Amino acid sequence: MRADPILLPTKDGLYCPAGRFHIDPLRPVERALITHGHSDHARFGHRHVMASRQTLDIMRLRMGPDFAGATQEAMGEMRIGDVTVGFHPAGHVLGSSQIAVTQGGRRIVVSGDYTRQPNPTCLPFQPVPCDVFVTEATFGLPVFRFPDPATQIAKLMASMAEFPERPHLIGAYALGKAQHVIALLRAAGHDAPIAIHGALAGLCDYYVSQGVDLGVLVPATADEVAAQLVVAPPSAFASPWVQRFRDPVLAFASGWMAVRARARQRGVELPLIISDHVDWPMLTGTLTELAPAEVWVTHGTEEGVIRWCELAQIPARPLRLVGYEDEAEE
Amino acid sequence: MKAFAALLERLAFTPARNAKLQLLQHYLQRTPDPDRGWALAALTGELELRRVTPSLLRGLAAERIDGQLLALSYDFVGDLAETIALIWPEGAEDDPPLSQAVTLLMTTGKAGLPAAIAGMLDRLGPSERLAFLKLATGNLRIGLSARMARLALAQMGAPEVGDLEEIWHGLSPPYAPLFHWIGGGARPESAALAPFRPVMLSTPTDLDQLRALDPAEYLAEWKWDGIRVQAVAEGGVRRLYSRTGEDISHAFPDVVEAMDFDGTVDGELIVRRGGEVAPFGDLQKRLNRKAVGKALLASHPAGLRLYDLLIWQGRDLRAKPLAARRAVLEAAVLDPRIDISPLLDFGDWDGLAALRADPPAAVIEGVMIKRRDSLYVSGRPRGPWFKWKRDPMVVDAVLLYAQRGHGKRSGFHSDFTFGLWDGAELVPVGKAYFGFTDAELRELDRFVRQNTVERYGPVRALAPKLVVEVAFEGLNRSSRHKSGVAMRFPRISRIRWDKPAAEADRLAVLEAML
Repeated sequence: MRADPILLPTKDGLYCPAGRFHIDPLRPVERALITHGHSDHARFGHRHVMASRQTLDIMRLRMGPDFAGATQEAMGEMRIGDVTVGFHPAGHVLGSSQIAVTQGGRRIVVSGDYTRQPNPTCLPFQPVPCDVFVTEATFGLPVFRFPDPATQIAKLMASMAEFPERPHLIGAYALGKAQHVIALLRAAGHDAPIAIHGALAGLCDYYVSQGVDLGVLVPATADEVAAQLVVAPPSAFASPWVQRFRDPVLAFASGWMAVRARARQRGVELPLIISDHVDWPMLTGTLTELAPAEVWVTHGTEEGVIRWCELAQIPARPLRLVGYEDEAEE
Repeated sequence: MKAFAALLERLAFTPARNAKLQLLQHYLQRTPDPDRGWALAALTGELELRRVTPSLLRGLAAERIDGQLLALSYDFVGDLAETIALIWPEGAEDDPPLSQAVTLLMTTGKAGLPAAIAGMLDRLGPSERLAFLKLATGNLRIGLSARMARLALAQMGAPEVGDLEEIWHGLSPPYAPLFHWIGGGARPESAALAPFRPVMLSTPTDLDQLRALDPAEYLAEWKWDGIRVQAVAEGGVRRLYSRTGEDISHAFPDVVEAMDFDGTVDGELIVRRGGEVAPFGDLQKRLNRKAVGKALLASHPAGLRLYDLLIWQGRDLRAKPLAARRAVLEAAVLDPRIDISPLLDFGDWDGLAALRADPPAAVIEGVMIKRRDSLYVSGRPRGPWFKWKRDPMVVDAVLLYAQRGHGKRSGFHSDFTFGLWDGAELVPVGKAYFGFTDAELRELDRFVRQNTVERYGPVRALAPKLVVEVAFEGLNRSSRHKSGVAMRFPRISRIRWDKPAAEADRLAVLEAML
C-alpha cells in the first residue's frame, strides 16, 4: 500500500533515492541540498551543493571559495531526477530554508532547524502543506516555553544599568544568534556602539550587506574596548581574549538558558533565553497547523515530541540521525 | 513577586559577594514594605513557612501534565520545583505582592494547601512560579548570610553594621521598624533580652611593626584556636553569639548552662578535656548542629576561655580601659567550664617573640597584643589590638587541576587543586583560590593552558609538572577528603617554577603535621 519512500534515513543523513541527493549530509557526498549555514548542517567537500543564495554565500564565507565542487542557487520549483524540490524560508537564520520534496503527489518537508518566533534578521517560517513533516526537536520538551526575547533584552539592559562600570559580554553563536541579539538590542533602542569579537565581523558584514540593520559595530580586539556591550562566540569566554575585560558580566543567549543547571554549567552570570529554534508550543503548534499524515523527528529530545504525537494521534517516528549538534554547543 | 523573582535569579547566578550585596541593596531600596522585609527574611533563612512536600507538587503537576512528558522533563531539568515552574500551564500573568504569597503559605491549612498553591501558580509567570515554589519548599539556596544582609542594609542608610547587629535579634519579619530606622526614623527599641553587642577586632602585626611600640603599654595573651564568641547572660536570658552576631546557643547547651553570671563577656569557644584545650577539629564537630546528643556532649565538652568583658552586673564597662575591665574579670567567680585567658609575662618584644615561637600547646595560633588603656570599641580599629599569628605551615605540592574563576578573574584559571606524593601517585590534598599576585595569576593561567591533558567541563586536568608552596593555618582529619586530611585556609604562597615535581612533598609530611 505504502509508496516507495521519498527519503530514507542513512548513516550520512537523509537520502532521496529518486533524486539521488542527500539533505544536510554529515559526510561529503555527490549531491547535497543544504537547509542552512550552521556547520553541522553545511559541511565541506560535497561534489555538488544546492542551497539558497544566502546559504551559499554564508558557506563560502565560512569555508572558503572551494567548499564544494559546484553550486546551484535554489529558485522556485526544481526538478531533480524523478522528484521536484522547493526551498521555503525556515525563520532560523539568514538564508535558512525548509526543503520540500515532492514525488507522485506526495510531499515531504524537511524543516531543518526552524522557529516561529519573529526574527528581524531573516524571513519568517513559511508553512508548507505536506504528507510528512520532518521536524527538529532541539527543545522538544514542555519545559521549553521561550519568553518574548524583548523581556530578555530588558533583563540585559537592567543589568547594564545595575552595573554600569562592568562590561557585559554576550555569548552568541557566530551565525544568526549574534546578529539576532544585536538586532533585538537595536529594536529596544540601544543606540550605543556594540563591540564584536573578530570571529563575528565577516558574518555581521554579510548580514548588513543583505539589508539587516545592526547599527554601529566596533571591534572588540583592541586592549581598550569602547563599548559596555560586547558580543562574542561562546567559545571566546574560555580563551585568553576575555582577560582584557575588567570584572565582566558573562551573559549567554541560548534556549538552553531556560534551564538553570545548563546555565550554571556554563558559568554564566546572566542567562538570556533567546533561541532561533522552536520551543514546545511553537513545535506542537506547527504540527497542529500543518496536520501532516506523519511526523519524523530528527535531532534533540525526540521522546517528548513522539509522546505528544502519540497523544495527538499523529503517527511519528524518530530518525535517530547522529551528528547534528545542540544549539551553540560548538 | 516579579521583582523578588528577578532578584533570586540574579543572586543564584552571581558568584561575587560585592555584586550580590549591590543587587540586594538595590532591591531593598526599590521595594516597598512589607515585601522587602519578607524577601530579606526569606533570603536569610529567617522565614518560617509551612513546608510544601515534593509529593504534593508532583500531585499538582500530574493533574495538569501527561505523566510521561512530566517524567521526561524532570529527567532533563533535574529539579522538581524548576520543572513544575517551567511546565505549568500559562495563565493570566499577574504580579501579586510577595506578601500575598508569604501569607498564603503561612495561613493556609493542610487540606486547602494544594488548591491554594495551584491558584497562585495560575497567576504567575515562569520565573515567579519558580520563586514561589522555592519559597514553598524552603529551598532558596542562594548563599546569602544574615551578615551580608546587614552589610547591605548598612549601606542603605545611617546605621552602622554594629548598630544593626545590636538590635538584630530583637527583630522579626517583615522588619518594618528596621526599615523605618534606615529611612531616617527612630531606632527600634531593642526588644530582645541579652542582645548581641558589636565586638572589637584586632589587626595583624609583626616584629618590625611592634619595635616601634613601647612594650610596657601593652598586655599580651595567647591566641587560642577556637571560635571567638560573645556570651550574654542578662535577666535570666542566656545567649551565645558568634562574633558576627549569629546566635549559636542551641548547639552549645553545656556552655549556656555554665553561664551563671550576669553580664556580657568576650572570649574563645573551645572544646576542653581535663585542663587541655582540644584541637579545632573537635570544636568543628560541635558546630552547625540543630541539636546535640548526650554522647557528643560527653566526648566533646565545650567551654569558654574569656578575654574581656563588656558589661558586668548591669554596668557597661566598654568605656573603661582594658586594665580596669581585666581587673573586674579576674575577680569574677565563674563556673569551672569557664576560665580566663592568662596574661603572658614578657619583658620586651624579643621576649614575646620567643614565647610565640614555642607555645605550650598546639592549639595556640599566636599571640594577642592589646593596649592596657584601650577602650572596648566595635569594629577593627587600627592600633589598640594586634594579632601576631604563628607562621603558617607550608608544603610543596603539585598542581593537578584548574578551574576558571568568575568576575574579576573571568577567563583566568584561578581555582587550583593540588596534591602530594603517596608512593608513585599524586593524591589531591586541597584547593586554593588565592595567595598569588595578578602577575602570577597570568603566569599560572598560561601554564594551565599549555599543560592541559584533559578537560571535564570547566575543569582542566594538568600535566603534573608545577610545584607550588601552599601555606595553611592548620590541619584537621577528614573522612571527606581522599587524603584523610583537610587544610584550613590554604593559599598558594609561592610558585616554585624551579622545582621538579618529583621533589614535591610526600603525603606523610602532611600527616606528620597533624
